[in-house]
Amino acid sequence: MMDHTVKAFDEDITRLRGLIAEMGGLAEVAVQEAIDAMVRGDKELGDAVVARDKKLDALETEVDKLAVRIIALRAPLADDLREVIAALKIAGVVERIGDYAKNIAKRVDKIEERGKFEPLTLLPTMAELAAEMVHDVLTAYAARDPELALEVIAADNKVDAFYDSIFRNLVSHMVENPKTISTAAQLLFVAKNIERIGDHATNVAEMVHFAATGDYPPDDDDI
Amino acid sequence: MNPAQIFFWPAIVLAGVTSTALALVGLAPALAILLFAIWSGSIALLAREPSEQRFPDDGASASSAIAIADSMAAMIEHSGTPLLLTKGSRITVANKAARSILGDHILGQDPRVALRHPEAIALMESRKHGEAIVTGLVRRRDIWRVSRHVLDADYAVIELLNRTSEADIGRAHTDFVANASHELRTPLASIIGYAETLRENPGDLDTPMATKFLDTIHREARRLQSLVSDLLSLSRIEAEKHEQPAKPLDYSALVERAAQDAAGVDRRDRLQMNIDAGLRVAGDAQQLEQLTRNLVDNALKYGAADGKVSVALDTGPHGNARLIVSDTGEGIPPEHLPHLTRRFYRTDPGRSRASGGTGLGLAIVKHIVERHRGRLEIRSTPGEGTTVTARIPLLSTASQRVTKDGKAASGNRMSQR
Repeated sequence: MMDHTVKAFDEDITRLRGLIAEMGGLAEVAVQEAIDAMVRGDKELGDAVVARDKKLDALETEVDKLAVRIIALRAPLADDLREVIAALKIAGVVERIGDYAKNIAKRVDKIEERGKFEPLTLLPTMAELAAEMVHDVLTAYAARDPELALEVIAADNKVDAFYDSIFRNLVSHMVENPKTISTAAQLLFVAKNIERIGDHATNVAEMVHFAATGDYPPDDDDI
Repeated sequence: MNPAQIFFWPAIVLAGVTSTALALVGLAPALAILLFAIWSGSIALLAREPSEQRFPDDGASASSAIAIADSMAAMIEHSGTPLLLTKGSRITVANKAARSILGDHILGQDPRVALRHPEAIALMESRKHGEAIVTGLVRRRDIWRVSRHVLDADYAVIELLNRTSEADIGRAHTDFVANASHELRTPLASIIGYAETLRENPGDLDTPMATKFLDTIHREARRLQSLVSDLLSLSRIEAEKHEQPAKPLDYSALVERAAQDAAGVDRRDRLQMNIDAGLRVAGDAQQLEQLTRNLVDNALKYGAADGKVSVALDTGPHGNARLIVSDTGEGIPPEHLPHLTRRFYRTDPGRSRASGGTGLGLAIVKHIVERHRGRLEIRSTPGEGTTVTARIPLLSTASQRVTKDGKAASGNRMSQR
C-alpha cells in the first residue's frame, strides 16, 4: 500500500489492520481448540476457549471505536474508506466466529459415550476444513488478495456437503439408538455451528474481495 | 550545529566589549587582556569540542537510523532463517525467507498482521526478549518458534524457526518403535497361541490338524526371523549411510545371480532377463544383492500371478547403471507412491502379511540406493503394472561400454547423487 501523506492516518489504518489480524488469530485458535476439546472431552480446554472469548469481544469494541474515529477525523475516501468499512464489518463477523467456537466449547461436557459415535470422527475433519477457511481468509485479508478470497468462498461448498452428510448420519443414528438422542442432538448443534463458521468465513472473504477490488464477488448459488 | 558554534562570534565580541569597558572603567590593561584571553579561549574550546558528542539528535540521527536499517536489511536479506525487523508497531524489514513464507504484503504492516496467533501477539506486546511456540503460522498444522529480541526502545528483531519437521521426526521415531513392536508381537502371539493349544490338548488333535498348527508356528517363526533380519540390515545400512562403499564389483553378474536367487526354482520361468554384461560399480556386494532380491521378489509377489517380470540392466544417462524391474499387475494407486519407501508402509496390509512381507523391503532398497549415491524411482500405472528403476553410478574406469554419450557418462558421474 502506498504511504499516505497524512502520517497519522497511516498509523491508524495499520493499527486497525493489526487489530483485525489479532481478532482473527484468536478466532482461529478458538475454533481449533473448541473442536479439540469436543473430540477429547477436555473440559478444561473448553473452559479456556469460553474464557478467551471475552478478549475477542473487547477487541471488537476497540475496532469499532477506532474505525468510527478514523471516519470522523480523517474522512477517508475510495479504497481507504472501503478498507475501514470492511474492517468494521469483518470485526463483527470474526467476533461471531468466536461465538460459535465458544458455543461448541460449552457443549463439551454434554456429550456422553464419546468414542462410540461415528459422527464424532467426521466432525474434526469438517472443523479442519472450516478452520482452514478462517485461516485462509485472514491471510487473504492481510495480503489484500481477492483471488485467495474467491478460493475460500469456493471451499464453503465442501463444508456444506460435510454438514449434510453428518446431519443424515446423526438422524439415522438417532433412529437406531433412541437412548443417545440427547447427545446426538448436541452434536447436531456442533455441526451446525461449524457450518456457520464456514459461512461466516465466506462473508469475510466477500468483504476482503470488496475492500480489494470495490466489487462484491459474483454470487453463484448462495441463498 | 550546537549552540556554542552558533554563538561563537557574538560571544567573542561580547568578551571583547566587556574587557574594553572594564579597561576604560579603570581595570589594569594587562588584567583586562588576560580576562579577554581566558574568556575567548573557553568559548573556542566549547565551540570545538562537543560537536562529536552531541551528534545524534534531530535530522542527522534519523538518516543514520535509516542507514542502519538499510545495512541491516542487506545483511539479513539472504539469510535462510525468516527474520523481521520491527520499529514501533511496524515491520520495517523482512528478509527474503520471511517474505516467501508470510507474503510480500507484511512490509510496513503491524507485526500482528504477519503473526496473528495469540501467543505471538502476547510476545509482541511484551517489551522484553522472549519466544513463543506458534502453530499454524503458514500452513494450518505447522509449528514455528517465534523469538523476539529487543534492540532498543524502537527496534526489535523477530526470528522464525520452523519446528514442524523436528516434531515430525520425533513422531516418525515413535511411530517406528510402535510399528516395530507391533510387527514383532503379531507373529509371536500366533506362535504362543498355537504352541499352547498343541501342548494342552495333545490327545484331542488329529494329525492333520496338529500339522497345520505346526505349519503356522513354523511360518510365523520364519516371518519373525525375516523381520528381525530386515530390521538389522536396515539399521546397519542406516548406520553406514555416510560412507560410500568403494569396492569395485561386477554388477551385471551380481544382478543376474541375485535375480535367479530371488525367483527360486519354481518362479524362475517368469523372469525375463535382459542384462548388459560387464557393468562395474563400486559397491557393497551383499547390499546390492539384497537390493536386487527385494525388487525382484516384490515384482514376482505383487505382479500378476503368472505374469512375466522383466529385469533389465543397462547404462543410463550420466554414467549410471540402470536396473529396471517391471511387472505386469494391478499397479499401485498414485496416492501410495510417495509413501512406499516408508518403513512398515503397506498399500494392502492383509495381502502383504499373507505373502510374508515385512513392510521393510522398499525402505531397505531406498537406503541401499542412497548409500551408493544412486537414485530410486517408482512408476506405476494402475491396471498395467509397476516399474522400479534403481540407478547406481558406474565405475568411471569401467564405463567403456557406454552408448553414444560416452564423454558425458564418465564426466558427470560425480555430480549424481
